Amino acid sequence: MRPVNALITKIVKESPSIRTFFFDASFDSATPGQFVMVWVRGVDEIPMTLSYKNAITVQKVGDATSRLFELGEGDSVGIRGPSGKGFTLPGKGDRILVVAGGVGAAPLAPLAECAEGAGAEVTTILGARNADELVFKNRFSGTGILHITTDDGSEGRKGFVTDALRELDLPAYDRIYTCGPEVMMARVFDILQDAGALERSEFSLHRYFKCGIGVCGACCMDPSGLRVCKDGPVFNGTQLVGSEFGKYKRSASGQRVGI
Amino acid sequence: MVTITGLDLKNPTILAAGIMGTTGASLVHVAKEGAGAVVTKSIGPAPEKGHPNPSMVRLECGFLNAMGLPNPSYKDFIKELEIAKNETSVPVIASIFGGSADEFVRVAEGLSHAKPDAFELNLSCPHAEGYGAMIGSDPHKVQQITSAVCNNVDVPVWVKLTPNVTDIVAIGKAAASGGADAVVAINTVRAMAIDIASGYPILGNRFGGLSGPAIKPIAVKCVYDLYAALDIPVIGVGGISTWQDAVEMMMAGASAVQVGSAVFEGLDVFGSISSGIDSFLTEKGYGGVEDIIGLAHGMV
Repeated sequence: MRPVNALITKIVKESPSIRTFFFDASFDSATPGQFVMVWVRGVDEIPMTLSYKNAITVQKVGDATSRLFELGEGDSVGIRGPSGKGFTLPGKGDRILVVAGGVGAAPLAPLAECAEGAGAEVTTILGARNADELVFKNRFSGTGILHITTDDGSEGRKGFVTDALRELDLPAYDRIYTCGPEVMMARVFDILQDAGALERSEFSLHRYFKCGIGVCGACCMDPSGLRVCKDGPVFNGTQLVGSEFGKYKRSASGQRVGI
Repeated sequence: MVTITGLDLKNPTILAAGIMGTTGASLVHVAKEGAGAVVTKSIGPAPEKGHPNPSMVRLECGFLNAMGLPNPSYKDFIKELEIAKNETSVPVIASIFGGSADEFVRVAEGLSHAKPDAFELNLSCPHAEGYGAMIGSDPHKVQQITSAVCNNVDVPVWVKLTPNVTDIVAIGKAAASGGADAVVAINTVRAMAIDIASGYPILGNRFGGLSGPAIKPIAVKCVYDLYAALDIPVIGVGGISTWQDAVEMMMAGASAVQVGSAVFEGLDVFGSISSGIDSFLTEKGYGGVEDIIGLAHGMV
């Protein structure tokens, strides 16, 4: 499909480096965890998970996101998608645990809301560097129990999401979902593996996308060859055992780069 | 079983260059899905990021792409090629590019350490300045580069041709006279798409190459002409997504087919094409694929 023109209708500053861009286009068929390719015309096109049916939540990290931050209400971008495999939605009465780090909260907030709406019991661990960087605190607290951690202790517990995770009764959760920096997710992975909870876990991965439609192979994982843009970006924990996850990724040229 | 340039393929479907070929694991994945052979992403002398995105977009009639030859360089790709070679039983063909005969030879010699089953020379990428079709539309350069690589490797050399020339047969003949063991036709057809909401060309590179259903009739004609003019095998590629497409391409003269953008619909495309060809051959009473290769030439 060609990119759809999406007009920016509202911009919300979530933190000093994170903003939510609302569009006049809504992607109602999207499931939480699916992504769209956002074309910042004349610069680049980048994958972003939807944080609402009609919005993306972006951290300023490179050329395309920097240019996006220069755009205002009334400006537009091109959007393709939604694409990829999102999270498995829980059923009524399921107990779920959401582990969100930094801007990794973007796909997890709609998941938590969707799960709560379906009658699941939601617990969230939300972590960030400091109080200013906590994203979607109110959205998570509106869906159930919320544990907050900050690296500097400026809000909630001082420490990492994994510190809070270790103290929870993991066998009590039917499903565990996580998204955040890969270093964080790799520690979450280790804890869940030790607890025998990998089968019940889902991880949202980030890799460099070239075509974004499952054809070129630039985002293939080792050693399975699974495509993050098509077979992911959400993977069951068992699919990541013995994989490159947590160890390395590939640059635009395909060279291996350490995590 | 099909034998092309001495390579034994369990079926006549081959993964085309530039598709699912950046990593060894990805090539292994495609081989497991049923491809008879796999061709790597085109590999060059130095690491290259490629063009900015969007680099591939699905249009109403096919796919438009301009990747810009992203690759990790032959030095970094050796280990990926080794993975592909060690973990599959199908032939692995290394697609290579360079800006001169010397660069082609350097890349081929470098990758030879990982023992690819053949090389495919990318003399046809339509959107890389100084590479691909820029040199692949000059018969003299095609012959010179083909000859240089053939003289420096001890495996078959295939040459992939661009359709963006007045006479593809002249280029095919140049490859054959340079010593090519087979030609592969066609690469994508130069094309462009514009976003009417903004006026921007959609591809980061502004223009690129068209693949998919729209170019199949172009590929069939090119294969037909090359088959008539050359004494070496022709491998057909361009718009093949079903067994019917593959049979048509073989009747035009293709000894085997490559499948590229059709993986968009699923990696099982290789298995479904090869089993479809088998059923067709049985149903029509043909002894094997050799009975239909070039069949159209004798009809009128």
